[in-house]
Amino acid sequence: MKQATREAYGKALAELGQKNERIVVMDADLSKSTKTADFAAVCPERFFNAGIAEQNMTGVAAGLAACGKIPFISSFAVFAAGRNFEQIRNSIAYPKLNVKIAATHAGITVGEDGGSHQAIEDISLMRSLPNMTVVVPCDGIETAAAVNALAELDGPCYLRLGRLAAPMVNGEDYKFELGKGIVLRDGKDAAIIACGMMVAPALEAAEALAAEGIDAAVINIHTIKPFDKELVLEYAERCGAVITVEEHSIIGGLGSAVAEAMSEAGVGILGRVGLQDCFGQSGTPAALLEKYGLTPAGIVKKVQETVAKKR
Amino acid sequence: MQEMKKQARAMRCEIIKMLEKSASGHPGGSLSAADIVAALYFGKMNIDPANPRDPKRDRFVLCKGHAAPALYAALALRGFFPVEELDTLRKIDSHLQGHPDMNKLPGVDMSTGSLGQGLSAAAGMALAGKCDNADYYVYALLGDGEQEEGQVWEAAMFAAHYQLGKLIAFTDNNHLQIDGRITDVMSPEPLDKKWEAFGWQVLKIDGHDMQAICDAIEAGTACEDKPTMIICETVKGKGVSFMENQVGWHGTAPKKEQAEQALSELEVAE
Repeated sequence: MKQATREAYGKALAELGQKNERIVVMDADLSKSTKTADFAAVCPERFFNAGIAEQNMTGVAAGLAACGKIPFISSFAVFAAGRNFEQIRNSIAYPKLNVKIAATHAGITVGEDGGSHQAIEDISLMRSLPNMTVVVPCDGIETAAAVNALAELDGPCYLRLGRLAAPMVNGEDYKFELGKGIVLRDGKDAAIIACGMMVAPALEAAEALAAEGIDAAVINIHTIKPFDKELVLEYAERCGAVITVEEHSIIGGLGSAVAEAMSEAGVGILGRVGLQDCFGQSGTPAALLEKYGLTPAGIVKKVQETVAKKR
Repeated sequence: MQEMKKQARAMRCEIIKMLEKSASGHPGGSLSAADIVAALYFGKMNIDPANPRDPKRDRFVLCKGHAAPALYAALALRGFFPVEELDTLRKIDSHLQGHPDMNKLPGVDMSTGSLGQGLSAAAGMALAGKCDNADYYVYALLGDGEQEEGQVWEAAMFAAHYQLGKLIAFTDNNHLQIDGRITDVMSPEPLDKKWEAFGWQVLKIDGHDMQAICDAIEAGTACEDKPTMIICETVKGKGVSFMENQVGWHGTAPKKEQAEQALSELEVAE
C-alpha cells in the first residue's frame, strides 16, 4: 500500500480537529493540494483560508497561538518555510508560539512543477531556528502519529510532507517517539541514516548490499530536531561508515546534522546522498530521483564508496 | 481625561530617562506614540497588572516595536513591573529588550520588532476572539513608514475579509522614517484611501489630542463588522523641542545634558 504523507496529514488533521477544539487550520489557497481541505470539510468554522498571502498567514497563526489556539498552517514547503522564513523566525520561533507549520510538496518529488517549487533547503532553514522542532515522516502511519504528537507539544514545529505516494515502511503497531530514531534494520558494516521519502529506498539499498556482502543498518531519523545524536553516534562507532540519505540539499539538513555529531565525537567516515548543492528541475518524480541519485542504486554506490574509505 | 494626559507626560519623562541610561534606543517614534499608548493603558484597555495573561483581557500589539520605550513606560507606570526596572533597558539579561519580548516582560502581548508583522498577529488574536465569542478588543499600533511593508496589506485584506470588528489599529503618522521623509523615501500615501479601499473603517485625528484619541477608539468599538484604522497625525519627537520633526532622533539616545533639557521642557509642559 502506498500513501502520500500529505494525504495522511489531511486525514489525521481532520480526525484530530473533531476531538480537539483548540485546533485551527490555515491554508494559503492550496488546501486541495496540502489536504487541509479534509479538515475544512469537517470543521469549517475552524478553517481559515488566508488566500495567496503566506506571510500574513504565518503572522495570523502566531496571534491565534498567543490566544490559546493550536494552529496548523499549510502551504508548499518552498513557501511555507522559504518565503515565510523571517515571519517564522520573528513571529513564531523567537516568541516560542505554539504554531505547527505543516509543509507539503517538499523536495524534488514535486516533479513537473520544477525547481521553483521544489524545496531543497527547508530542513536547513527550520533546523537552524532555536525553539523549532523539525519532523520529516517517512510514510502515512508515521505522519499520522507525528501530527498527534506535535499537537500535544507546546511550541513551534515544522512538519515536512511529500506530494508523492510513498510505500508504507511502518506497521499499524507503530509508536512515534519524538526525537528518537528507529533502527529498521541492523547491520555492522555501514549505517544508512535516512529521513522522509528516502527511508524506503534506503531499505531496498540495504537488501541489495547484503547480496554483495555489505551488512548495512538502516535508521529512520524522523525527528531532525531534537536530533537523536546518541543513536547516530552508537552506529557510527559500531559501523565506522555512515551514509545519510535525504530528499534535500546535502547542506544544512540531515547530512549536516549527522556530520556535526560525528565530527564533534571524532568517529567514523561519512557519505551524503542528497541534492549536491543544486536546484531541481521539471520531470517525473522517478526521473528526478534517478537524475540526482536518490535511488536504491544511488545509495548502494555511495555506501560502497564510503565503506571503501574505512581504515 | 486629565489622568491620561498626566500619564502621557510621565511616560515621556520615563522614555527620556531610560534612553539616556541605556545610551541606545528610539526616542522619536516613542514620543510620537506616547499619547496613543497612554489612552489605551490608562483609559480604554481592560487589563489587570496582577493578571497579565488573563484570557479575557484586551490585547495590544506594538507593531512598530522600536517604540518599545513608550510601551515599557506605560506598563511600568500602570504597575506591571517596578518603574526602577526601566533603568535596565537594552542591558544584558534585562526583561526590557530593545524590542518587546512577550516571554520576558509581563504585559507584553506579542513579541515585535520586525516591521510589517505585528498587524497579522493582532488579526490572529482578533480571529481567536471571534472564534470564542470573546469580548476582548485587540489594539495595534503601526508606524506610517512600516506600511511600506507588503505584509501589512495582506493583513489589511485578511482582517476585513474575516470582519474582525474588534481589531482597532492606529497609524502613528509622524511622516518620518530612518532615511528621511516617508514621502521622499517611499510614499505609502494616501493612507486613508488605501485603508478604506481595503475595507476598513477609517478615522483621521490629531494623535496628540487625548479627547480625539478616546473618541476615535469609541467609534472603533462601535463598528462591529469592520476593523478600524485610526490615522493619527503626530509629531516625531513630540514634547521635546530639539527632537520634534528631526529624522536624526529616530534611533539616537539623548546624552546627559540633552536629557536634562528634555526633562525640563516636559516638566514645564506640566
